[in-house]
Order: sequence, then C-alpha cells, then structure tokens
Amino acid sequence: MDVILFLVFAIIAVVCAINVVVQNHPISSAISLVGVMGSLAILYLLLGAEFIAAAQVIVYAGAIMVLFVFVIMLLNAGAETRKGRSLMVQAVGVPLAIALLGSLAFFVQRLYPRDMVHFGGFQGGSALAVGRALFTTYLLPFEITSILVLIAIVGAIVLARKELD
Amino acid sequence: MLDSFIVISLIKVFVVFAVLMTTLAYLQWVERKVIAHIQVRPGPYRVGPHGLLQPLADVIKLITKEDLVPPYVNKPLYLAAPFLAITMALLSISVIPFGPAIQVAGHRTLMQLTDLNIGVVFVLAVSSMGVYGIALAGWASNNKYALLGGLRSSAQMISYELPMSLAIAAPLLISNTLSLRELVERQSGSILSWNVLHGPFPQVISFIIFLIAAFAETNRVPFDLPEAENELVAGFHTEYSSMKFASFFMAEYANMITVSSMATLLFLGGWVAPWPAQYGSSLVPTLIFAIAGLVALYHGVNFSRKRDKYTLPAFGVIFLIIAAVFLLPMVQSWLLPLFWFCAKTGMILFAFMWVRGTLPRFRYDQLMSFTWKFLFPVAMLNLLVTGFLVAWTTK
Repeated sequence: MDVILFLVFAIIAVVCAINVVVQNHPISSAISLVGVMGSLAILYLLLGAEFIAAAQVIVYAGAIMVLFVFVIMLLNAGAETRKGRSLMVQAVGVPLAIALLGSLAFFVQRLYPRDMVHFGGFQGGSALAVGRALFTTYLLPFEITSILVLIAIVGAIVLARKELD
Repeated sequence: MLDSFIVISLIKVFVVFAVLMTTLAYLQWVERKVIAHIQVRPGPYRVGPHGLLQPLADVIKLITKEDLVPPYVNKPLYLAAPFLAITMALLSISVIPFGPAIQVAGHRTLMQLTDLNIGVVFVLAVSSMGVYGIALAGWASNNKYALLGGLRSSAQMISYELPMSLAIAAPLLISNTLSLRELVERQSGSILSWNVLHGPFPQVISFIIFLIAAFAETNRVPFDLPEAENELVAGFHTEYSSMKFASFFMAEYANMITVSSMATLLFLGGWVAPWPAQYGSSLVPTLIFAIAGLVALYHGVNFSRKRDKYTLPAFGVIFLIIAAVFLLPMVQSWLLPLFWFCAKTGMILFAFMWVRGTLPRFRYDQLMSFTWKFLFPVAMLNLLVTGFLVAWTTK
C-alpha cells in the first residue's frame, strides 16, 4: 500500500515538475509547481513526517505559490513564444539530460543502500520533535536563518522604495 | 476488523456528506430569513411553509440553468477553479470532530471522519489552498472585473491568514496539542476551562481576532471586497453560471461552517456543555425545544396568517417530540454533545449573518491597513503574553 502510494505521488511529482518546464504559460507552470509541492507533502506524510508535510503545504503551496500566482496575474504575463533552438541544443540536450539522471541515480544507489527507507518508521516528524530539534540542536542555524530572512525583507523594502522617490 | 473499519468509515462519510449538504442548502435559507427579519420583512415565504422548500427550488433552478462557458476564457483553469474551491472547502470538514467516541452496534467509533494528530495544521493548510480556486477563477475568466476580484481576494486571504494563524497559536499553547479531539478533551469540565476563559491568560482577544480574520478568510461582509457588486459586478465569479456558480456559493458556506466549527473547537470547548451534567446542563436542550414547541403551538392557535393554522402546530409538535427525544437515556450520550457543538457553531454562524445585516463594507486600503497595522501586532502581542504566562505557570 505504501509503495503504491509512493509510486503514484512520485510519478505525479515528476510529471508536474516536467510540466513546469514544458508549459508555455507562466500560470500553468505555477500551477504545476503547486502540484509538485502537494505531492512532495504527501511523500513526507508517507515517511511519517506529518508536521513537515503540513508545513510544506502551508508555506510553499499556500503562501509562496499564491504570491507567485498573484504576481503573474498582476503583471498579466502572457504565453511565451517558443524560439527555435540551436542545432547543438537539439543534438546534445537529450543525451546530456539522460547522462545526468543516470549518474544521479547511480550515486544515490551507491550512497544509500536499498533497504534504508521505512515508510512511517521515522519518529521525529511530530510537531513536538520538530520544535525540540529547532530550539535545542539547531538553535544557532535557526536564529541565523531568521536574521537572514529579515535582511532579505529589509533589502526588498529598500530596493522597492528607491523606485518610488 | 479492517472490513468493519472500512464499512463504518464509508457510512460516516455518507452521513456527514448528506448532513453537510443539507446544512449548506438550509444555511442559505436561514441567512435570508435572518437578514429579512433584521430589515423588517418576512423573507422567502412562497415555496413551502415559511419558505422551507426554497433551498430545494434554488437547487433545481441552479441545476437546470444553462451552463454558459464564454469563448474567451482559459478553459482548463476556468473549469478547474470551481472544482478546486469546493474540494478544498469540503476537505477540511473531514478532521472536524462533532462529538466524543460512541458505541454503535458494538463498534466503538469517533464522531469524526478521521482524527489527525495535526488536525489544526491540516485545516490551516487546506484553507490556505482554498485561495487558488478564487484566484484562478478570477484570472481564467479573462474579464477585468473577475481579475480584480480574484486579485483582491488572494491579497486579502494571504494578509488575514497571518493574524488568524497567530490567533490559533495562542490557545494551542494553553492546550498543548495539535489534535482537535485532544483540544476539546483538555477543555472539558465547565465554561471556565474553555480556552476563551482558561488560565493563565484568557484568550478573549485571540477569539475576537480569529473571528475577524474568519470573516475576511471567507470573504464575508464587511470584508466581501472580492465580490463588491457596485464596483466589480460579481467579482471573481462574474463569468460563472449554473452549477459552477453554485460550487463557489457552496464553497463559501462550507468555509463558513468550517471556521465556525474551528472557533468552537479552539475557544469554546467543542461539544463540552457550559456546566457539568449533575447541575442540569443535560436538561437545557429539552427546555429550549419545549419552549420553542409551546411558542409555535401558541401562535398556531392565535394565528395571524391563515396558513399558520396548520403549519405552526405541526412545527410545535415536532419540536415537542425532539424535546422528548433529548430525555431518552440511550441517545443522550451522543445527542447532547452534538447539540452543544451545533449550538455553539450555530451561534457563530448567526453572528456571521447578523454582521452581514448590520455592517457596511470596508474600503480596500482600510482593509489592508487594519490587518497589517492593527490585527497583526495585537495578535503577536497576545501570543507573546500567552507564551510568557504559560511558560511561567507550568513547571
């Protein structure tokens, strides 16, 4: 059952991810990206990390992607026109992509032996465990990240204000 | 074991779905009646006694209407948007508990479709996905009014999600759980252990902020700018007709039910009675229905309209029968919690209608500065004080 669910949502995630690149219209790409986020959340759920799954949906699918869609709607971006590709891209593109995926698969196979994934076996995914890890073991990275985000916000405001003057 | 689990779950899904759909239809009738009485007019009165069959007539009208798809829309997204809106609205009902665990034919089952240990976060996640339905509907319609409505709605929903999440976090600190069922169990006892009055810091501010944000999240008056009819025709659903329009309508009402149930579960103690049963709280439903039945009988005898001579006594008898049912010991174990849950949720739903009948609409800049400059800081402060007091009082 877990394996079937994993396969279904892994395939949905990959198909949506390819669709993000293939689609002509920014809105369709954005919606496909929402599909990737959603299926990733379900994969987290299958692994027993339910809080991270919910956070994934709330933060990525529910907040960041809504902002993406919002900006695309606001700019009224139309469908992109496809330009002709150069001969080299057409000839080398597909073999290179296959080579990249193949080498990735090879290294993942080498680094992580087959029997490492236990569906639902992970115990650190509850809100309690995540909170404890964030505020004890990873306190310093957590605080530094929050300051980094603050700097980014301040920077965005400074950059946006310049245009207004 | 597994088979009985599946069968019970299927039955529960069917029952909850049927009840929810009926409630959705009749909520609209109740709302029209409430607003009508606020404005001193009778409201729907023609179809059935006191307009009681009006929802049925509306449903037939909406199903049989021509389903028009304008030629200039982005078809896949235009068709997906209402589906998305209604799916997300109905999905969150699946984790809402209506009552405690009960025994049915030897099987112990929860009065809830599924008990997630992250129920609160699940509802937040699903409601944050609900904005896509509206935003995409506005964009895919390819119409300036619809686009403006969709933009307004997504901006408004993102902005009000912040104070709402902060307002939810504060009672969670007191109850110390994310499961909606445990949340209610921590609040059991009397009205003083409900989170809205619970120590160390009563969550009255949080409750009010949650309600205000809930009005904005469900696009209701006074925050119904996405469908402000005097500037945007009908906002994001301008180009929708027939059942697609009805799905947006149903999604709005389903969201109203969800946020009202969430307010009940988070702040008002869910299905817990305001005071313990040994002081007579189990007699309250009987008393209410008996009074309602007697009033209906009185007005049936001294009727003001000719039709009331037959309809009001019938209602009176029905109410008296319900009052008697509440006294039966074998149904009390599940009927009383259900009554308290529905009563609390109903009160909040009534507040939604009351506000719609009373308040004018916000201006857009007022709407935004209200949430960012007032609601958000207040919710933040409330969370900080609550967190500090909880950390101080628990050893």
